[in-house]
Amino acid sequence: MSEIRSDKHTPEKPETLLLRNIDKVVGRDVHLENINLEFESSAINVVLGRTLSGKTSLLRILAGLDRPTRGTIEINGKDVTGVSVRKRSVAMVYQQFINYPSLSIYENIASPLKIAGFKKAEIDRHVRKTAEMLHIDDLLDRLPTELSGGQQQRTAIARALVKDAELLLLDEPLVNLDYKLREELRLELQEIFRQHKSIVVYTTTEPSEALMLEGNIVLIDQGCVIQSGPTRKVYHNPAALKAAEIFSDPPINYIDATVQAGTACLGQDIEFPLPPHMSSLLSGEYIFGVRSSHLFLLRTGESDLEMHAKVELSEINGSETFIHVDCGYCQMVVQEDGVRSARIGAEIKVYVSPSCFFVYNKEGNLVASPSNGVVQPMPG
Amino acid sequence: MAQVELHEIAHSYLRKPKGESDYALKRIHNIWDDGGAYALLGPSGCGKTTLLNIISGLITPTKGRVLFNGKDITSLPPEQRNIAQVFQFPVLYDTMTVFDNLAFPLRNRGVHRREIIQRVHEVADILDLTPFLKNRAAGLDASAKQKVSLGRGLVRSDVAAILFDEPLTVIDPHMKWQLRRKLKQIHEQLNLTFIYVTHDQVEALTFADKVVVMCEGEIIQIGTPEDLFETPEHTFVGYFIGSPGMNFLPCTLEGNIARVDDVGIPLDEETAALGHKAQGKMELGIRPSYVQLRSKQEEGSIPARIRAVEDQGNFKIVVLSLPGKTLWAKVPEGRPVPEGKAWLVFPKEKLRLFADGRLVR
Amino acid sequence: MEKWDNNKAWFLVLPVFAIVAFSAVIPLMTVVNYSVQDIFGPGQRVFVGAEWFKATLADRRLHEALWRQFLFSGLVLLIEMPLGVMIALAMPKRGWGVSFSLVTLALPLLIPWNVIGTIWLIFTRPDIGLFGSIINSMGIAFDHTASPLDAWITLMLMEVWHWTPLVALLAYAGLRAIPEVYYQAAKIDGASAWATFRYIQLPKMRGVLTIALLLRFMDSFLIYAEPFVLTGGGPGNSTTFLSIYLVKLAVGQFDLGPAAAFSIIYFLIVLALCFVFYQVLQNVGRGEKA
Repeated sequence: MSEIRSDKHTPEKPETLLLRNIDKVVGRDVHLENINLEFESSAINVVLGRTLSGKTSLLRILAGLDRPTRGTIEINGKDVTGVSVRKRSVAMVYQQFINYPSLSIYENIASPLKIAGFKKAEIDRHVRKTAEMLHIDDLLDRLPTELSGGQQQRTAIARALVKDAELLLLDEPLVNLDYKLREELRLELQEIFRQHKSIVVYTTTEPSEALMLEGNIVLIDQGCVIQSGPTRKVYHNPAALKAAEIFSDPPINYIDATVQAGTACLGQDIEFPLPPHMSSLLSGEYIFGVRSSHLFLLRTGESDLEMHAKVELSEINGSETFIHVDCGYCQMVVQEDGVRSARIGAEIKVYVSPSCFFVYNKEGNLVASPSNGVVQPMPG
Repeated sequence: MAQVELHEIAHSYLRKPKGESDYALKRIHNIWDDGGAYALLGPSGCGKTTLLNIISGLITPTKGRVLFNGKDITSLPPEQRNIAQVFQFPVLYDTMTVFDNLAFPLRNRGVHRREIIQRVHEVADILDLTPFLKNRAAGLDASAKQKVSLGRGLVRSDVAAILFDEPLTVIDPHMKWQLRRKLKQIHEQLNLTFIYVTHDQVEALTFADKVVVMCEGEIIQIGTPEDLFETPEHTFVGYFIGSPGMNFLPCTLEGNIARVDDVGIPLDEETAALGHKAQGKMELGIRPSYVQLRSKQEEGSIPARIRAVEDQGNFKIVVLSLPGKTLWAKVPEGRPVPEGKAWLVFPKEKLRLFADGRLVR
Repeated sequence: MEKWDNNKAWFLVLPVFAIVAFSAVIPLMTVVNYSVQDIFGPGQRVFVGAEWFKATLADRRLHEALWRQFLFSGLVLLIEMPLGVMIALAMPKRGWGVSFSLVTLALPLLIPWNVIGTIWLIFTRPDIGLFGSIINSMGIAFDHTASPLDAWITLMLMEVWHWTPLVALLAYAGLRAIPEVYYQAAKIDGASAWATFRYIQLPKMRGVLTIALLLRFMDSFLIYAEPFVLTGGGPGNSTTFLSIYLVKLAVGQFDLGPAAAFSIIYFLIVLALCFVFYQVLQNVGRGEKA
């Protein structure tokens, strides 16, 4: 791998960051376990995981703020494991809006350039360009405390961008912002990252944010990498139940199923022939996963399965309705476009096309997915 | 049980407010039904938390009165108001067990020991906290801590209203689903008045029967989630509700046609008639999910350049460029999106007309 | 690759090492040296092993001084800690009163220690001192140079006056760090002022109070200048605390060997007690987090 890459290597910019066998143990707590990852500068790298899953530990190791207990970090094939954060070219944006409180926005953004010893005219050019990109160019004379949360975070992001570091790390940068601001900044960031040449690593707890930013994704849980790859591909092929759980909002629905001689059984009374993507499944017990958006209250096709369910709760978010139902053998959330009223306790029918099922074995590994057919699980 | 009446409320944090701009809340005059689930929704600094604290009694309003079931309680302190409040960050008594935390409000009110034990167990049962009763509260995870905070409100048999101040801020997305669901169930079960402050439209709309949209110290609209989505009374509501928000196009009226640049968009007669009566700057509003994309020109369709398509998994957001503005369209999964250029069709019944920011009607 | 941080940083720390070496390590080593030898004069010394330690540990007057010291420190802490917390609770939370009370409180902390002794020496004199003469004019005989009880009362008053502000300032800082929502929640829960104190303020102040307790214990256990000025250890030996006895031994009688052994034992006692305090308080904290 590294040989192929070194051909393309350009001296001024790194292209890959490689983590090999990284462990981080603090006292008795394992924060990270055997992390092997490759981050590229060609696309944004999103790390998706729940609170305390190890996202921040990973970023701190990438930044050089912490040293891994075991393993190495390589930038473009060069081992930088022991190099301190001061000698690395890293910029970081945190959850909290961290700016120099006594410096104006202009001085805040200019600060990394001043430290790097840029000329005044050049600093001015860079600061104004970056400020414009983040729509804070008319606030340059103000102090951070005079700005809204969104503007403060824009300033922090501008300061990180202007540094033009090899590695740009963002640790849930939008989590403390208002919903609407988050929406706006998300859209803008996507544009900005596309233009930015360095390796960008962005952590979040929200699947929708990861999808919005595209690029590559790493799913992390309890200090372990569960799956990594291009965001779309991972979304459509979550390799394990855990991956599907982390990467679905609302959470993915599970149905226990039995497959025998070309047919599948759900609960007591639903039996159907295996759809094409499952055709080569062996007989046995499986777990079918289906995202809420693939469940419907009306029949959408000939082959749809009809499931009888009782409404437990319905939630409307304006443009969509989430109906929580109980089928007896499973609990599910149905996501429907538009506003549907469903009385609590009402008996309804839920439709799903078997062609939307992800199939997991009892160990929780993906064995078949709608887009890829039956996946041969890797031995070991 | 409580019906909450806000009578001509205004509040300023300054001791001697002068102009209107000194007021964090300008004029709130409203009655909220007993047993309703209300959400106060708005951006930071819109006054929603101030209003919540006025209802709970943590703040005494500069002007106006607060009435519970017709009884003036403006001057009563919080502990005499039969309300409970859940805060943004879980507030726990760290040195106590979960049981003692839940029992605390009852003990303070001198409730009999046997009743305390019974009530705490009932509430712990509702909130799935029974296995943790003997644990120290400080060791729980964030969502369990928030449940304990909520439980301290629920244990009191005299509680009529529970107030929530962005209670899901520190909760992970997958736990938000469970907690929201729990809140809804408790609301169904106990029929208390719930008032929920948030900046997150998804939380507000999924939680509440009635959403109160606030901006700059004023209530802009109160309505069901459906009302707010379908017929926002103000462009602010259109923008703030929905993700992405409503699209707005400046226009002029000519008969039953709204002219946007050189393209005429047909309106239904009623809307057009109302529009002619209204004064001020006209804007057409349409939700991204109602914008239809066609690959060929049709009558009343507007040409647009497709700038980006963002695949969100179960839907796509199409960013469209029109001369001088950006529009969004939301396309369901599996529906094709034309390439490069598209003709936009706006269904008549989904178009809303605004004059100076207000819905014409 | 084993290099982690910038090694040049060590050069910057070097002066500190040098200063600590001169100010603490070398004198301590000298003391250790003295404690195991009998010194008759320059160049005339005999190694005596643990002899001085044995003698010191068996010294009855040292035992008395030690118990006296414990009693003094214990009483002082018992008064200062609750009093400091009470003052902190009573202090204003906003407005001009904050800076006023902070400055007023800090005043005793700014006065040199021997001056404090002198102030109280004059203040409590039965003939010309304001305090002493008023008490005496009320018909209560009060003379700290004659009565051991009066000497103790005077010392305690002085110590409390001098150091309670420190506890109060630390406690105040701890109180101000408690987020407002805790008080709001307590109000809604109908908590009384006592319950609010017991379940919110006290637990949240634990960290600063630990520090206050450690500081106050160490300082009061090492107290020297004030009693030296005020009572000189008397009347009799009634206020002869460890440090005063130590100085008497070293400077008064010039018994350098026993004095050195004494110093080391003294040092170890303080160290051990601080360690125990710290561990106990830490464990209390851990119990609450688990």
